[in-house]
Amino acid sequence: MDRRENLKLIMAGTLASSLVWTGCSTETKVVQAPVKAYIPPYARTDEELKILREIDEFTFFNEFELAKLNVLIDIIIPSDENSVGAKEAGVIDFLEFIMKDQPDNQTLMRGGLIWLDFTADEAFGKYFLEITSENQKQILDLIAYPDTAEPRFQNAVLFFNLLRNLTATGYFTSQAGLTYLGYRGNTPNVWNGVPQEVMEKHGVSLDSKYLEVYLKPEERDITAQWDDNGNLIT
Amino acid sequence: MSFQIKEQPNLYDVIIVGSGAGGGMAAKILSEAGLSIAVVEAGGDFDPAKEEDRTQLRWPWESPRRGAGTRIRPFGDFDAAIGGWDIEGEPYTVAEGSSFDWFRSRMVGGRTNHWGRISLRFGPNDFKRGDIDGLGESWPIGYEDVKPYYDKVDKLIGVFGSKEGIYNEPDGLFLPPPKPRLHEMMLKRGTDKMNIPVIPSRLSILTKRINNERGVCFFCSQCNRACQIYADFSSGTCLIKPAQKNGKVDLYTYAMVRKVTTDSEGLATGVSFISKIDMKEHKLTAKVVVLGASACESARIMLNSKSSQHPNGLANGSGVVGHYLHDSTGTGRAAIMPALQNRDRYNEDGVGGMHVYTPWWLDNKKLNFARGYHIEYWGGMGMPSYGTGFGMDTMRQYIKDEFGNVGTNGGYGPGLKKDIRSYFGSMVGMSGRGESIPKYENFCEIDPNTFDKFGIPVLKFHYKWTEQEVNQAKHMHDTFEEILTKSGAILLGSKPGKDTQYGLQAPGRIIHEVGTIRMGNDPKKSALNSNCQAHECKNLFVVDGGSFVSQADKNPTWTIMALAWRTSEYIIKELSQKNI
Ligand SMILES: Cc1cc2nc3c(=O)[nH]c(=O)nc-3n(C[C@H](O)[C@H](O)[C@H](O)COP(=O)(O)OP(=O)(O)OC[C@H]3O[C@@H](n4cnc5c(N)ncnc54)[C@H](O)[C@@H]3O)c2cc1C
Ligand code: SF4
Repeated sequence: MDRRENLKLIMAGTLASSLVWTGCSTETKVVQAPVKAYIPPYARTDEELKILREIDEFTFFNEFELAKLNVLIDIIIPSDENSVGAKEAGVIDFLEFIMKDQPDNQTLMRGGLIWLDFTADEAFGKYFLEITSENQKQILDLIAYPDTAEPRFQNAVLFFNLLRNLTATGYFTSQAGLTYLGYRGNTPNVWNGVPQEVMEKHGVSLDSKYLEVYLKPEERDITAQWDDNGNLIT
Repeated sequence: MSFQIKEQPNLYDVIIVGSGAGGGMAAKILSEAGLSIAVVEAGGDFDPAKEEDRTQLRWPWESPRRGAGTRIRPFGDFDAAIGGWDIEGEPYTVAEGSSFDWFRSRMVGGRTNHWGRISLRFGPNDFKRGDIDGLGESWPIGYEDVKPYYDKVDKLIGVFGSKEGIYNEPDGLFLPPPKPRLHEMMLKRGTDKMNIPVIPSRLSILTKRINNERGVCFFCSQCNRACQIYADFSSGTCLIKPAQKNGKVDLYTYAMVRKVTTDSEGLATGVSFISKIDMKEHKLTAKVVVLGASACESARIMLNSKSSQHPNGLANGSGVVGHYLHDSTGTGRAAIMPALQNRDRYNEDGVGGMHVYTPWWLDNKKLNFARGYHIEYWGGMGMPSYGTGFGMDTMRQYIKDEFGNVGTNGGYGPGLKKDIRSYFGSMVGMSGRGESIPKYENFCEIDPNTFDKFGIPVLKFHYKWTEQEVNQAKHMHDTFEEILTKSGAILLGSKPGKDTQYGLQAPGRIIHEVGTIRMGNDPKKSALNSNCQAHECKNLFVVDGGSFVSQADKNPTWTIMALAWRTSEYIIKELSQKNI
């Protein structure tokens, strides 16, 4: 059967599995084990440390799941000419931690990862990782577009929403992702308003009424004094 | 600090319970008068200037949860406030059919380690609401009584703002306000069309030096993580530490006060507390006891301090202790501003809060609710944190690609990655914070069936919003939609309807609960006199929001501190005249 026909059959839900369980012989090797260093160096209470240590003690994703995730997260946030993708940005470590920290999501995540395998099996007779990347995307397309996905894939849609959310957040809060995003803050500076050219571009300007009132960077270090009417005089 | 506790009479001049806004201010003022003071605090010590307590200027990847909130830090992993809505071993209960969420912080400085630093004075009308609309009582004092203390608080702590001359939004001794951010100016396009005022916000952040003990803001937008250089206000850094320098202040940490002890005449003799370190009960004695454990917790201590002289709870002959509990109302709306997609990048952190806000601008006589609200605005290119990039399953339909075509919800791949980048900084929104009507029927009481891990009976809450608050919330949403639409934003989600009380958040959620030990001239209808001194126990005082008669559409903390200062001066006078 050609794969288009298989996919049609998935939609119809009639194809029987041709995958035969052969023990642990999957061909994937990609296992990038998560880095476990969850105890941050700052201000944690004993109760928080206890939670972090407990999280540290077990591993959530098994190696098959990790192998799938390594592929999936790079499909969700791939690299391009100027920036790395989710895998290189360390999103796997974040996913491993956050699954344990927010156990409510565990079932959806776990179930979704298996759903990919049996759906791949029913369509192509192979595990998700063993089909071509084009076929993988065909499966993902069933669940990646919530507005048009078939109702019977609703659970898998929710799984993919979760994975998309967490992958995106893991990426954009990583050092590489933050650089790609172009966030410029978190550093001491003196705020002196929106750059003039940006205001012009958006057609806004400062209210002239307040020009004299706004803080003047050069006077910040002069100790404040007020007159009897409460006017700042320094 | 560990102390050998001996029960000797009048070990201290004053015991202060709690080190938050109220307790901190009392400690500062009373210590300056040379009084010997014990500050008894349920949580541990905390000082953001110490490297081990610092979360400021950390990057999201330094947190394994990328800044996500937890039970212990609901406002994020880097947030300074330790405690939250649900503290291990310290439950509270809620009566069937009503709701109340109680946010507590257990540490030196209390909830001022997180708070939003919105520092508004109550106006002349705010003290007289009962006279104006006939709903409930007016305060026994007026703006003119509190004004001198607001002035002192402004000078001591620092607040930026602009002089506006609006009658019920009194101006203070302001530091210069920061210029607005881009989204704040864009939203003003909408408010301008509706004649809704937008003025510089009033936050207790030092945009300018006020003394040599505290630094000047360097605009990291992270006040809720606590400022290493003390450029924002928290009680620990700005009140408790300076008070300790005055020499006669002992700070007892991890000390959970169970009750105020009294003598055969019904006067306060001190407090009894459980040390979290040895889980044993200890006692301290003093001439005066000052409660600043937060409005509900101080009421709890009083209700748990029954004696033969005070069978109804300490100083509670009136039966009002615990009653008239009220919080601000709150609801909000988000939108996406297409004009801000793919915007130029620059550092837009600014101060830790909004740079502009809208004070209440309408006349309630023409509306179907009696009291007003103010609007807080949000948006901007803030530091990415847990949640950044979420929601593309519903939001991509609004994000345009480089050819100007909007996307399809969901998806994956290069397009998704670019869309999230282009969407950064284009979300805007606003929240209303309004005044509710204090009611006898909204209250907390001792739950005889439940105690906490210290064996102290806990509070049970009874609270329902009335039509006043629900109508107000509806008005907020109508206004928000109009502002957002007129400023060119696309509304997200749908407008909450009647079934959800128009999105009105549960009582307690705005974390402005006050009123539980209210002041008044009539001892039958109030627990405290206008100096926050208990009618029925002259050496017992309350310095937190418990004393409030009504709350105003302003956040409470500036008023808590002004009143705590006023009460402290009264205590000094009464002690020196040997009246207490
Ligand atoms: C997220 C958030 C945002 C806020 N934003 C604003 C804002 O912008 N503007 C504003 O005006 N207000 C704001 N608030 C409210 C503000 O934090 C409170 O009004 C203020 O902190 C109240 O001061 P307090 O002294 O009454 O109580 P707290 O600050 O809560 O301090 C009470 C202290 O007493 C201790 N304590 C409690 N029980 C006991 C006991 N039995 N024995 C010993 N010690 C005890 C606690 O550990 C705590 O340290 C905000 C609060 C939060 C949480
Ligand atoms: S915004 Fe200013 S005051 Fe607030 S934490 Fe940063 S530097 Fe301190």
